[in-house]
Amino acid sequence: MPAIHIANLTKKFGKLAAVDNLSLDINKGEIFGLLGPNGAGKTTLLSMLAVLMEPTSGEATVAGHDIRRHPIDVRKSIGMVFQTGSLDSLLTARENLELHARLFGVPKEMRQTRIQEALELVELTDRADERAGNFSGGMKRRLEIARALLHHPQVLFLDEPTVGLDPQTREHIWKYIKALSRQEQMTIILTTHYMEEADVLADRIALIDHGKIVQLDTPEGLKRQMGGDRVKLVCAKACSAHMLAALKKMPFVKSIVQGDGHLELVVQNAPKHLQTILHAVGEVEEVHVLPASLNDVFLQYTGHEIRNESAEDDAQAQWAAHR
Amino acid sequence: MAVWHREFIVYTRERERAISSVVTPLIWLFAFGAGLGASITLAGESYQSFIFPGILAMNVLFTSMFYGMYVVWDKKLDVLKEILIAPQPRWVAFSGKCLGGLTICAFQAAILLVIGGLFMGIPLSPASVLFTLFGALLFGLGTASLGLTIGAKLSSPDSFSLVMSFVMWPLFLTSGALYPISHLPDYLQVLVRINPMAYGVDLMRGALLNTWTLGWGIDVAVLLLFAGVFFFLGSRAFDQMSLG
Repeated sequence: MPAIHIANLTKKFGKLAAVDNLSLDINKGEIFGLLGPNGAGKTTLLSMLAVLMEPTSGEATVAGHDIRRHPIDVRKSIGMVFQTGSLDSLLTARENLELHARLFGVPKEMRQTRIQEALELVELTDRADERAGNFSGGMKRRLEIARALLHHPQVLFLDEPTVGLDPQTREHIWKYIKALSRQEQMTIILTTHYMEEADVLADRIALIDHGKIVQLDTPEGLKRQMGGDRVKLVCAKACSAHMLAALKKMPFVKSIVQGDGHLELVVQNAPKHLQTILHAVGEVEEVHVLPASLNDVFLQYTGHEIRNESAEDDAQAQWAAHR
Repeated sequence: MAVWHREFIVYTRERERAISSVVTPLIWLFAFGAGLGASITLAGESYQSFIFPGILAMNVLFTSMFYGMYVVWDKKLDVLKEILIAPQPRWVAFSGKCLGGLTICAFQAAILLVIGGLFMGIPLSPASVLFTLFGALLFGLGTASLGLTIGAKLSSPDSFSLVMSFVMWPLFLTSGALYPISHLPDYLQVLVRINPMAYGVDLMRGALLNTWTLGWGIDVAVLLLFAGVFFFLGSRAFDQMSLG
């Protein structure tokens, strides 16, 4: 039985479908990445799985419990780290954890041990009695992760776990996430709009755009589908037809896009073939080689890069205003 | 109970809220009560003593309603998510919130009673104090539930002033907190009769000064009904609360 089973799940805000007839199975113990731009529907999907939002149609089970029929059982089996922090800033770190342990029914005799363990995992033991409001962004996020683990959930949802954090803290958090998955065999579902994050953490990735899964594979698989690295040639004057013709003949050049004064190629094993290419096209002004990245994969499947405008938030705000 | 505990800690740490909620009724008593009281006595009592139970009730009304509507801020600051995602029925969280509000109301009523007894010559006995606190809590359960219901339905704190104008001030000003309700013009008499706060004021004034206009039996009955209705509606509003 999969940890999460989703069948034809849909959530509409007014006319806009934030999650559109989506089906997906997530295995026990895997780290699953939902990758897509802000507004792709990731948070809406997570909110439905965490029973914080009712689906418009379709069904889903989490740890074997139906989200419509057994919401309380679902909540017992999941831990959630929200995209926007949800700590009580007036409470100390320890008090935040105690509140959570009580709300989630951790038996009294186990509470202190669990809290101690969780604090140690995220290395906040010595700051436990400070108010959460005084913590830095990274500490807050760590505390939230600790909190989500207190009741030993089978499934952990991380909604944009490192958004707004500096690179060093981000890597720190990645370390915790990996450790959790290894040591606890926990199923972890994380949403992110950082390619790198999905690449580093996830066993499998679903690319999501406009509420739909556009591609699902391992990070390596996705990159392989790309067919190669990106090479950008900036021509000295205009790129000549002669150059194009030469490139088209090469079997390892998978695609050519002509831009204004430059050519963008997808090349199999670019480091090896670069010399051949340059020899054939003659003089160019600049050469850029970019190793295959998830960004390219995303671009290939959606026709646009991961954007930053927030269609999902807009739709929700509009919907709220209408009511 | 966890929620109640949280509310209590937050209250003790938000000093501004606590201080202002005790100071406001004192201004009413010492500026308004003493000022108007200098030229009138009512029902055989000094005006200040007469309005004292009314001001207690006002304090319960404002404290608990604002406390309840504060849920809107909880929503905005996202601390409510933690409670919404907890594996317990929502009415449990609602009860915890209510209890938190009642604790604060009782605490403030006790402070006001002490001040009233010491500085304003309000005659206090253990029985009258307990009876008054009981009245304050019974009324507070209704108003806290009402506040929480409104808070759960509102999407932003911008509507607070509307609630003040259309709910809180009318409740307060037609409750008989500031004047006796025995010689009112007809339309006002009607408003008083349908105002749950009038029964709260009557109960607390009776408990404290032993002067009843409506009778404690009907007071308790109406307040129970008021609390019951909004406890039910509030629990349902919490049930329907979702993100986004």
